[in-house]
Amino acid sequence: MTPELKGFILVAVLKLLVIFSVTLVAVAYMTLLERKVSAWMQNRVGPNRIGPGGLLQPVADGIKNLIKEETLPLTANGALFFLAPCMAFVPALIISCIIPWAAPLPLTLDLTLPVIGQVTHSGTTPIAITDLPVGFLYVLAITSLGVYGIALAGWSSNSKYSLIGGLRAAAQMVSYEVALGLSVVPVLLLAGNVSFSALVEAQHRTWYIVPLSLGFILFFVSGFAETNRAPFDLPEAESELVAGYHTEYSAFKFSMFFIAEYANVLTSCAMTVSLFLGGWDIPFTRWDETPGLLQTLATGIVMAIKTSLLIFVVMWVRWTLPRFRYDQLMALGWKFMLPVALGYIVVVTATLYVLQHVIGMTSMRAVLLGLGAVSAVLVFLLVVVIDRGILLKGSGPRRTDRPLIAGRLRPVTARVEG
Amino acid sequence: MAIGVKVLRRPEREMSYLRATLKGMALTFRHMGRKEFTMQYPEERSVDDKRGSWSISARWRGTHRMLTDEQGRAKCVACGLCPQICPANCIKLIPGEDEAGNRYPLIYEIDEFRCVFCGYCQEVCPEEAIHVGVHYENAEFTRERFVYDLERLCSQTHPVSTLWDPADPKGE
Repeated sequence: MTPELKGFILVAVLKLLVIFSVTLVAVAYMTLLERKVSAWMQNRVGPNRIGPGGLLQPVADGIKNLIKEETLPLTANGALFFLAPCMAFVPALIISCIIPWAAPLPLTLDLTLPVIGQVTHSGTTPIAITDLPVGFLYVLAITSLGVYGIALAGWSSNSKYSLIGGLRAAAQMVSYEVALGLSVVPVLLLAGNVSFSALVEAQHRTWYIVPLSLGFILFFVSGFAETNRAPFDLPEAESELVAGYHTEYSAFKFSMFFIAEYANVLTSCAMTVSLFLGGWDIPFTRWDETPGLLQTLATGIVMAIKTSLLIFVVMWVRWTLPRFRYDQLMALGWKFMLPVALGYIVVVTATLYVLQHVIGMTSMRAVLLGLGAVSAVLVFLLVVVIDRGILLKGSGPRRTDRPLIAGRLRPVTARVEG
Repeated sequence: MAIGVKVLRRPEREMSYLRATLKGMALTFRHMGRKEFTMQYPEERSVDDKRGSWSISARWRGTHRMLTDEQGRAKCVACGLCPQICPANCIKLIPGEDEAGNRYPLIYEIDEFRCVFCGYCQEVCPEEAIHVGVHYENAEFTRERFVYDLERLCSQTHPVSTLWDPADPKGE
């Protein structure tokens, strides 16, 4: 092996170790944060017994789940029952591979290590495990895989609750994936690239949340549904399905589903940051664009802050909103999110064409601001006009809007007896 | 008469999902900074709470206590009214009599597992000897320990319940 190849492998392994361990620790502490946030919102204290302020609670939870008894239902399909948690866990982790966590680090190595020998590395290295050129397409591919773990868990448990949970998860995740993919198309159009490092670079001047505010809303909401978080947590739905797809799971297999869910939340928030909130970009300064160790550290912290804020919003929503009814969920996905996402692509492309070729704007900044104005109008229309009982409707009013059989069943308005 | 369905025509601001969502989120956010209602139980106890925010009612009916006279003897005269009125039949009383003709309990046991904590024993007692107490930490390691004998009933020191008074129903 040449010293360059060795250097490449060494740097890749180091990045892998650092990024995965940071991700997993962050995931562990997200479980604590979730419990703390729920406690704060319900005027409680939350876990505070283990460690200072409860900070060692995730450790205790992990140890507990490791030493608990593994159960296997008699009628379960053993092989798939074991495979399902892995299939939920692995996509959740490997999807975070492509997210750029900080500014690229200039790294020049030339040293001789014992056993390995001479190692050299030169140039900048992106602070992502790998900076795939296919970028967002990889995300779409892996999120589709995540469905398998949950659907398989539901099926292989051979329990009615698990099965219904798995079915719901499959239907829900497939439906919202369409809206998720389509809502990002405008971003890809603006950046002209699908790799995440290029997407972040394109946002150094203007974050895409400004020109594409509606896309941001669509993506974030679809992200909720993709990660099975409340108000879209129908696959778990503890009030109806015990615990949904992981009803029959215990100990570490359950833990893996749990970690997978939080890893998904983390990745989906980090992805939202990368696509719409400028990634690791520090706002109002161009200092972070020149590579350097200090810049890498600072941008990493900024990225962590942005991601944590979004994670907080996700938890905030979870502890505020009630769960959707299943038909409302499907109606929202297919009848609202999908058409709006499709229409938004048309609007964005048309606006770009008009601004650049009809009006003849040359400054990209002006084009983005024009697009932002259009998006703001669309968001306003969404909130004020479409949301008048159309977005979500109880089944009652919808059924009685018109008589089922003319002349026999007529809606009666405000009948007062006596 | 045909079955009619009453259709409620709600104003749009009540039908709006997004606005209701934002309102709800504002509410939960406002709750974040508020003082929590949790009592940190082993460290904070309701009976010795200084602030008074968690103290249990003075009418709380907990485990029993037998009051004693100046010589430290139980006030009980073994009249037999409390085992008579007890709906759970949890009081065991065997009366005795000394040379001077004073009645006293030879055996007085209360099975706290059978007890329903109605407080009738305290209400019926003519000597104000047996009381239900303002006390709730009753854990023991064996079942036998839940049968309180006379010595144990006399040595309890927790405050006793002030029962509900029909003349003063709100305890004012």
